[in-house]
Order: sequence, then structure tokens, then C-alpha cells
Amino acid sequence: MSEAKPRSLLYLDNVSVSFDGFKALNALSFVIAPGELRAIIGPNGAGKTTMMDIITGKTRPDEGEVFFEDSIDLTTKDEADIARLGIGRKFQKPTVFESHTIWDNLELALNRKRGTFATLFYSRPKEDGARIDEILETVRLTARRNELAANLSHGQKQWLEIGMLLAQEPKLLLVDEPVAGMTDAETAETAILLKEIAKTRAVVVVEHDMGFIRDLDVRVTCLAEGSVLAEGSLDFVSNDPRVIENYLGR
Amino acid sequence: MITAFLFKSLDRSILIFVAIILAIGCIVPMLNLLVPADSMFHIPTYVVSLFGKYLTYALLALSLDLVWGFCGILSLGHAAFFALGGYAMGMYLVRQIGSRGVYGNPLLPDFMVFLSWKEMPWFWYGFDHFWFAALMVLAVPGVLAFVFGWLAFRSRVTGVYLSIITQAMTYALLLAFFRNEMGFGGNNGLTDFKDLLGFNIQSQGMRTSLFAVSAIALAMALLICSAIVRSKFGKVLVGLRDAESRTRFLGYRPENYKLMTFTVSAMMAGVAGALYVPQVGIINPGEFAPANSIEVVIWTAVGGRGTLIGPVIGATLVNFGKSIFTAQFPEIWLFALGALFIATTLFLPKGIVGTIQQTLRSGKDRKNAETMERLHAAEDVKKGVEVTLKPLAAE
Repeated sequence: MSEAKPRSLLYLDNVSVSFDGFKALNALSFVIAPGELRAIIGPNGAGKTTMMDIITGKTRPDEGEVFFEDSIDLTTKDEADIARLGIGRKFQKPTVFESHTIWDNLELALNRKRGTFATLFYSRPKEDGARIDEILETVRLTARRNELAANLSHGQKQWLEIGMLLAQEPKLLLVDEPVAGMTDAETAETAILLKEIAKTRAVVVVEHDMGFIRDLDVRVTCLAEGSVLAEGSLDFVSNDPRVIENYLGR
Repeated sequence: MITAFLFKSLDRSILIFVAIILAIGCIVPMLNLLVPADSMFHIPTYVVSLFGKYLTYALLALSLDLVWGFCGILSLGHAAFFALGGYAMGMYLVRQIGSRGVYGNPLLPDFMVFLSWKEMPWFWYGFDHFWFAALMVLAVPGVLAFVFGWLAFRSRVTGVYLSIITQAMTYALLLAFFRNEMGFGGNNGLTDFKDLLGFNIQSQGMRTSLFAVSAIALAMALLICSAIVRSKFGKVLVGLRDAESRTRFLGYRPENYKLMTFTVSAMMAGVAGALYVPQVGIINPGEFAPANSIEVVIWTAVGGRGTLIGPVIGATLVNFGKSIFTAQFPEIWLFALGALFIATTLFLPKGIVGTIQQTLRSGKDRKNAETMERLHAAEDVKKGVEVTLKPLAAE
């Protein structure tokens, strides 16, 4: 029996991992549906970044299952494989290629063959250039396309990184604290941008900024001590007594 | 536009530089062969050989720049690939001696007769042929770099740890080649060469030809390196130098990129070694000394890492200095070299060529930045007007 559409895009079941005896994840389970926009909150040390490390293949779980599109076991693949499957990741600290121009950053991210010979003999076809122009518009960097990425402001680097993830054309986008260090105006714009992106793919956002999550207006998962504490709308989650005690504060 | 322009100018500067090297490769032999010895324009044969040696050092420095400047791999063992290429060429030259050796043995090289070996070890077979030796010049360093890189990059060894194991590699080879039982002439190495491709290796014609071939090899290597670093492959290399995890999460395999670059670079170093040996007339295990590899790093740093042109200039200048210094004040040369490295790190961190490029660039950038600022200001005004007018329009 094969289904045309996968029921879950990402499926984590009973995932645990510990570092030197510290349990970073403790029987964590949750499911992301195709096309879903999900926010993940939780106090420091709740395992948010470790969870992303596991999904993207940077860390291997001690136990538990991680499946992509119902059938692909992510725990047996490395970072490059997982990226090629269609999972993009944005780091907490903006990570772009500082000594490349903004244009080159996007060209490297573009979803094309990643092999050594493919890149050695790559010559850019017209449609690739058009696609890069399109992404430049989306992340509002057209005017600065030929400047080095090192010269961008913090917020603009965040956007460039989001643009690179768009160029990668992932099915699932993992975004780690996208608005940390941004001004209020930039934060509001980023919420609009992420919602726009979520129309065509699934997005998981890890964030501390409650105002930002309210702007996103999505289903929220609260993590604490390596497992799910509560899940639902922001109002539902923020009224949960355990969430209040663990995270929101007394 | 700034970068497109820069890339164009970089391309042009490489082409000009390659043309200069090829011109030197023609003119110097002519000044040696055609100009009479008493003319002030005459270049003596020993000077031709000396500068031919610098050209091979320049090629070695260039090969290091490809991995260090663009890929971020600080190899402290690159002289090992140079020495292996040199040994492959040396073995061919030893086989060309034939029965003209000190012991006059038609079948065995002198050092094997001296060790009273009865027959030639298997790994000497084939080296009577030039084509085979030429192949080994590329293959031996290439295979070693491939195996070494495959193990190191796959285990994600990076930074100083990688540098340390490259250093260990060249030291291990040094110790191995010192042993007589290895079958490469032990401590004395290979020397007393007579012929190369049937021509006397000491002859003026051969000396100048070797100079010209070294210049051509350097020019070709520059073009190849320039093509590599300007391709999308080269952009990935710089990307993984600056943010390896980002390339990984974009779906690239940094280990494959590093492996390919490291192997190509080792082969280039091998060619440099093969051209070096006939010009100096000897190859011995001393070439594997860790200090040699570190010197290559200094040449590259002085010239400017990541510029391709810089290492060529750095290698030539430093070795020219070394030739003068070691003749005049041999005891302080190493101190001078150390001081040079410290001074470069402190005052010219981008090296000679890197600093020149930066000065030229900042002039252009200032102009561009001014136009950009005006553009941004105009945009801000437009935004400001929109923000103030929109609510008014809504009312």
C-alpha cells in the first residue's frame, strides 16, 4: 500500500540522547504534518537545539526513531544526505559565507547538483540567475547583491540565511531563533516573511520571543527537560500550569 | 558590480602574470645561449639553474596556496609530496647512469652494489622509461595525498590537528627514507646523474631547457588553479573554509571537496619536485625535513595566501634572500627567516600581494560605498514618506 501523500513530514518517536550523563532529550515525540508552521518554545537547556541537531544528522540519538515522509530513517543519514532530502536549517547565530557576495551565497545555496565535478564545470544557466533575482527580492537584498555578506547588518544576515534556505527549496525548514538581536520592525517583517514561506513548505521555528510567536499565530509545542510539556494554540499552552511553572515564570 | 569587477581584474592580473612568467621562460634562456659571455646582458648558466630552482619552489608554494589559501587546510607536510615527485624523477635519472657508475655495474645502481644487493627491488622496475617515471611523479604524491586525505577528512580532522598529522607524515617519510633497507639510497639519496632523455644533464642546453620547462609548468599550474578557484567549485572551497557547517547543511560534502583539492595540490607539488631534482643534481631524505614544509608556509604567507600570485612572488623573493644570506651570513639565516615570518604576521597579515590588492580595492570600494550610501538614503526617505503618508491616505 503506497499513499500518494505522506501523512507526516517529520515523525519523532521516543527520542533520547545524553551527553556525559546529562539527558538532553528524554523520550521526545512529536509529529509535523506536511506544510505545517510550528513554533517550539522552552527554557534554556530544554533540548530545542539538540532536537534540531538530531533531525539534521549532526547528532545521533541514543534511542528512538526519526522518520522523514513516513519512510526515510534520518538516523542513518549524514548532514549532506539530509540536506539533499529537503531539510534546511537556519542556525541561531547567522551563518553565511562572509567572504562571498550575497549573490554568490545564494548561488551556492541553489538547489543544484552538489558533486565536485558538477560544481567544477558549472556554468550558470539563465533560469538560475532569474531564480536568484527572485529570492533577492523576497529577502529584500536586491540593492546589495554584489556586496560581501560580511558587510551586512545582523538582521540582514539573518534574512540572507533565510534566502539561502529558500534557494535550497527544502520541504521542511528548521529555524533557530530567527529574531534574536533584531529590532522590533525587523521582527515584525521576519514574521511576515516566515508566514509567506510557510505557504509552500513546512516550517519549524524555535523562538523565545513570545510577541513574535503571537505574530506567527500558529500551533505551539513547549519543551522542557528534553520532552514535550504541552502542545496547542499559544493561549492554550501559555495557560497550562506546568508551562507557567517551567518556562513562563511565576 | 564590485565583485564582478574585482573578479574580472583578478582574472586579468593572473593572465598578465602568466604572460610575464612565460616571457621570462623565453628570455632568460636566450640571454644565456645567444648573448656572448662577455656581454653585460649575458646570464651565466649557474644563475639560470638557480632561478630555475626558484621556479620549482614557486610551483610548490602555489600548490600549498590552493589548499591553505582557498580550502583552509594548513598543510605542514607539503614538502613530502615535493620530495616524492623528486624521488620518482631521481630514480629515472639513476637508471640512466647505466654502467657509468663508480662500480661500473650495468644492472644495479651504485648504492645497491655498495649494499651488496644481488638484484633490483621490484619498485625500481619501470623507472628506465621516462614515461613511467613521469607518471609516477604525479601518481605517487597523488595516491599518498588521496589515502591520507580520505582518512583525515572523513574523520573530520581539521585545524591544528590536521597540520600536526601532516607534519608527522613528512617526518615519518624522512625516517623511512633514511634507512638503507628502503632501497632509495638511504642517507645519501640519489645523485651523480648523467643524462636526461639522452642529453647530458650538465650541459648548457639542458640547464636552459629545464628552466624553460619549469616556467611553463608554473604558468600552466597558475592557469589551472585560477580556473579552479573561479569556478563554483572554488566558491564552495572558500565557503567551507569560512563556514564548513553551512556547506554541510546546504548538502555539500566538504570531505570530497577537500580530498580532490588536496590530491590535485599534491600532484602539483610532485611536478615541482621532479623539475627541482635535475636542476640541483641530488635528492636525499633531507627534503622531507619538517622545516622544509614550514618554509613553504612562510613563502606563501609572505607573498599573500589566497592570491595565487603571492606565493610565486613570496617563494622567489625569500629564496633569493636565502641565497644571498646563506652566502654572506650563514649563521643568522634561520633567525632572519623567523623574524620575516613574525613581521609578516604582524604588519602584513595578507602578505605582499594581498596588501596591494586590498589597497587597490579600498579605493574603488570607497567610491562605491558613497554611491550606495546615497542610494540607501534615498530609499529611507522614500520609506519615511510612505509611512507618514499611508495613514493620511487611509483617512
